[in-house]
Amino acid sequence: MKVMEKTKRHTINYNESVISITGLYKSFGDLEVLKGIDFTLFKGENVAVLGKSGTGKSVLIKIMVGLLKPDKGEVIVLGDHVNDLSRKDLDLLRLRIGFSFQNSALYDSMNVYQNLAFPLTMNFKNLSKSEVKVAVEEVLEAVGLLDKIKQMPSELSGGQRKRIGIARTLILKPEIMLYDEPTSGLDPLTSAEIIELINDVQEQYNTSSVIITHDLTCAKNTGNRIAMMLDGQFLRIGKFDEVFDTDDEQVKGFFNYNFIQ
Amino acid sequence: MYNYKTQKYILSKGLDDFFTGIHKANQFVALFFKELFRRPFHMREVIDQCFEVGLKSLPLISLTGFIVGIVFTKQSRPSLEDFGATSWLPSLIGIAIIKALGPLVTALICAGKVGSSIGAELGSMKVTEQIEAMEVSAINPFKFLVVTRVVATTITIPVLALYCSFVALYGSYLNVHAEETSSLISFYQNAFKTINFLDIFTAVVKTIIYGFTIGIVGSYKGFNATQGTRGVGKAANQAVVLAMFLIFIEEVIIVQVSNWFRYF
Repeated sequence: MKVMEKTKRHTINYNESVISITGLYKSFGDLEVLKGIDFTLFKGENVAVLGKSGTGKSVLIKIMVGLLKPDKGEVIVLGDHVNDLSRKDLDLLRLRIGFSFQNSALYDSMNVYQNLAFPLTMNFKNLSKSEVKVAVEEVLEAVGLLDKIKQMPSELSGGQRKRIGIARTLILKPEIMLYDEPTSGLDPLTSAEIIELINDVQEQYNTSSVIITHDLTCAKNTGNRIAMMLDGQFLRIGKFDEVFDTDDEQVKGFFNYNFIQ
Repeated sequence: MYNYKTQKYILSKGLDDFFTGIHKANQFVALFFKELFRRPFHMREVIDQCFEVGLKSLPLISLTGFIVGIVFTKQSRPSLEDFGATSWLPSLIGIAIIKALGPLVTALICAGKVGSSIGAELGSMKVTEQIEAMEVSAINPFKFLVVTRVVATTITIPVLALYCSFVALYGSYLNVHAEETSSLISFYQNAFKTINFLDIFTAVVKTIIYGFTIGIVGSYKGFNATQGTRGVGKAANQAVVLAMFLIFIEEVIIVQVSNWFRYF
């Protein structure tokens, strides 16, 4: 295996893993969602987790950030065992991880500026108002929405809300980005803009990312590797062509469906 | 088919849900007290919430208190007249409003207005993942959303109840003044003649308990909302119904306990 890979826009270090998961199981009541997941994310790498709705993709990233506790298995993120961390240590780890929600999850009682300033002011009390303003303007410029600074979330389009949601995570300068269905509910042009933004974030902020998606275009254009998930297990992991170069009916079916769409 | 086994299953599931619910609610209250004394204290948010609960409820509390004062006076007068005891009207009104009606009316109005608003706000934040968004940003949502709101209702509702009692007494005074000439000062003096320290203390303590109940029930229902927009409506509705139910139970218990102290 290669130790370093220089892609068109950034470098992946295959010697250093930022997320390492072994033997992960998670159930909700009688429903088994994750059934023995093994997964590694390397520094600087984007992995797109592809699969149908309800296969446990979102549960996987919620476990990575400590929002859900696994039934069994080891989850190591940036060197910390997520399951064993105290609340304080978990918060310190979370400051190094950005989580972009499927529906953006913007605070609807706050305007764009307040949404972005909130995580910063709550975690770094000694920052002056001008420092916060500079940081907010910087990330808004990075997502191309500086002119929306005073607007309320309800006044933004779906694509703009996704961008602001990503900007809110970038303000804490994360080392890992977790995207939950970044292109769901968006038209093809806006999806393309979000895909471009995900790649820009990887390049500008030097992040490693997990992109949860059921959109083949998004997976192909953002993922250095693709992890195909079915029924709580990874069916195939590898480069896009390697994953889909198979006679497996389930993988081919997924590919054909997306192609027709 | 609705048979004996189905009935038994429904009963056991109902009991199971009931006791699990009580356990979860106890855990929620315990977590509140655990987080209450931990830093950071989010004083700015507490002040904002006091403003939301207090100032925005003032018009409704004023109107309701005023009407309660007038109506209660109008309805009490004929009975007292039968016994030639109309001079006792201010004292009767004082006892009824300060000891019972002021705190209870305020609590019921706030349970409807504030409890439902907290339930709906937190419920909507829960179903749109805003609470999880706070958590992944290393912000403790329980501390920021629940503790601040419960502290605000616990502080503000006693003040509102006191205000409501004075407005109700003023409404009552206007009615008394219309029938027989009486000064405002002498009316208030007569109203407070039969009120002692224990009455005031009990009224304050019970409004603190009502305030806590309204805040914690609204937050609990909102924080545990599920099933999308339907869940938000359900959380708001249950916040009002449960808070009102608990307020009546607390009223009975507090009156009983205060009577034990009175005759001790």
